[in-house]
Amino acid sequence: MYPTNFRYTKEHEWVRVEGDIGVVGITDHAQKELGDIVYVDLPKVGARLEQGKTLGSVESVKAVSDIYVPVSGEVVEINEMLSTTPEKLNEDPHGTAWLVKIKLSAPEEVSRLLSAEDYQKYAGAEESGH
Amino acid sequence: MTQPTAALKATPLNALHHRMGAKMVDFGGWDMPVQYSGILDEHQAVRKNAGLFDVSHMGEIEISGPDAFALTDSVTTNAVANLKTGQAQYSGLLYEHGGFVDDILVHKVGDDHYFLCVNASNQDKDYEHIAAQNRHSAKVEFASPRYAQLAIQGPKALATLQKLTRTDLASIGYYHFVDDAVSGATARIARTGYTGEDGFEIYIAPEQAERIWNEILDAGREFGIKPCGLGARNTLRLEAKMALYGHEIHASTTPYEADLGWIVKMNKGDFTGKAALAKQKERGIARKLVGFEMTGRGIGRDGYEVYLGGEAAGWVTSGGPSPTLNKNIGLCYLPVSRAKPGERIEIMIRNQPVEAFTAPTPFYKRAK
Repeated sequence: MYPTNFRYTKEHEWVRVEGDIGVVGITDHAQKELGDIVYVDLPKVGARLEQGKTLGSVESVKAVSDIYVPVSGEVVEINEMLSTTPEKLNEDPHGTAWLVKIKLSAPEEVSRLLSAEDYQKYAGAEESGH
Repeated sequence: MTQPTAALKATPLNALHHRMGAKMVDFGGWDMPVQYSGILDEHQAVRKNAGLFDVSHMGEIEISGPDAFALTDSVTTNAVANLKTGQAQYSGLLYEHGGFVDDILVHKVGDDHYFLCVNASNQDKDYEHIAAQNRHSAKVEFASPRYAQLAIQGPKALATLQKLTRTDLASIGYYHFVDDAVSGATARIARTGYTGEDGFEIYIAPEQAERIWNEILDAGREFGIKPCGLGARNTLRLEAKMALYGHEIHASTTPYEADLGWIVKMNKGDFTGKAALAKQKERGIARKLVGFEMTGRGIGRDGYEVYLGGEAAGWVTSGGPSPTLNKNIGLCYLPVSRAKPGERIEIMIRNQPVEAFTAPTPFYKRAK
């Protein structure tokens, strides 16, 4: 379910590293918790992001949720598709509905994120706690 | 993604909601389904076919005895004398200062018996408020434990429910009710709702709730009925511009400010809050509720500030996407002179002003 080549945060973001670029998204668990996603607010290309700070927000019909920066760096691309079809985040959160691409400024941060196995356990525990 | 901390209250259908896989949330201290298949899907089901809601968290208060009329009329804003037996009216329960204790439905069961449906999180307060004003010898009963309440809403609500009752539902007028039976169990069947669609709200014994819930879903299957949660209930009521306590109305808003002057009858006898309302009517109100539609990118949500010409001028009471209109809509308070359709406003969304325009309401009105 959770790709093993991704790293994850406890705030339910994922990052996939390709060279010096980190592709960032939200997890399937996050989209399920949010429900129907209707709006995605992303930073501009060129914005410098710091790990743990707010990256943007995702809005479902019901509520707004902040997205946090999983890895520090500069935004080199945002997923324009999400401005017109935010519902793609419900359909393909680990694939075509990535959020931003970040040029990593501190690649060592990646190793401190959760593995797929650890994230699955963490998200699973949250679900069963309901 | 938060864990419930204090023990939450549960409706008679709570175990069923969990079993059926509904997403549950803490709603004012109640463990309630926010969605089943999804808010958008449920919203469309109600607009096109039918939806079934558990609204058993709502409270019931019964006022009876020879002084029932006098007490009911003296604590509510609408004219109870206008009600015929078997009729219901939307009304306000006010403090002396004119702010809302709650918004309620008053059903006339008989000359000496009124049945009030009140908001879940206000029910204890409402009961105390009414009982404290019982200078008469009316009997005031906190009746919530005796009732479960289901709402069947949508164009196919009548056809669905008709399969389970001998009462001719088409003969029940809007805001009227009949005491009869659903699936063989005693039921108060009211043609009321909180969605802007045709539909019914039924009051039944708690021990019958699960069986009747299942029978309604079976009866409505051929029409595409869906179980619905409070998420869709909120988007539906917002499109229909129906007030939600704690948002459009609360202790420091009056019916005139909330654009609910039609539920205030100043030509009836004295009622709690009347003097304050008379004074406000004479002086004029300062702010008023008005609808808006977002034109900029973003969703104006509850509590966001509204700016007029660069100045903070009001706040959003309810806001979100309208699945029917495919726009982002909402309601807000503005200075009364600007609380009319066509005004350019800005809503502060995460410290950024985003453009919107005030708009006519209701946003959605069903074709009759």
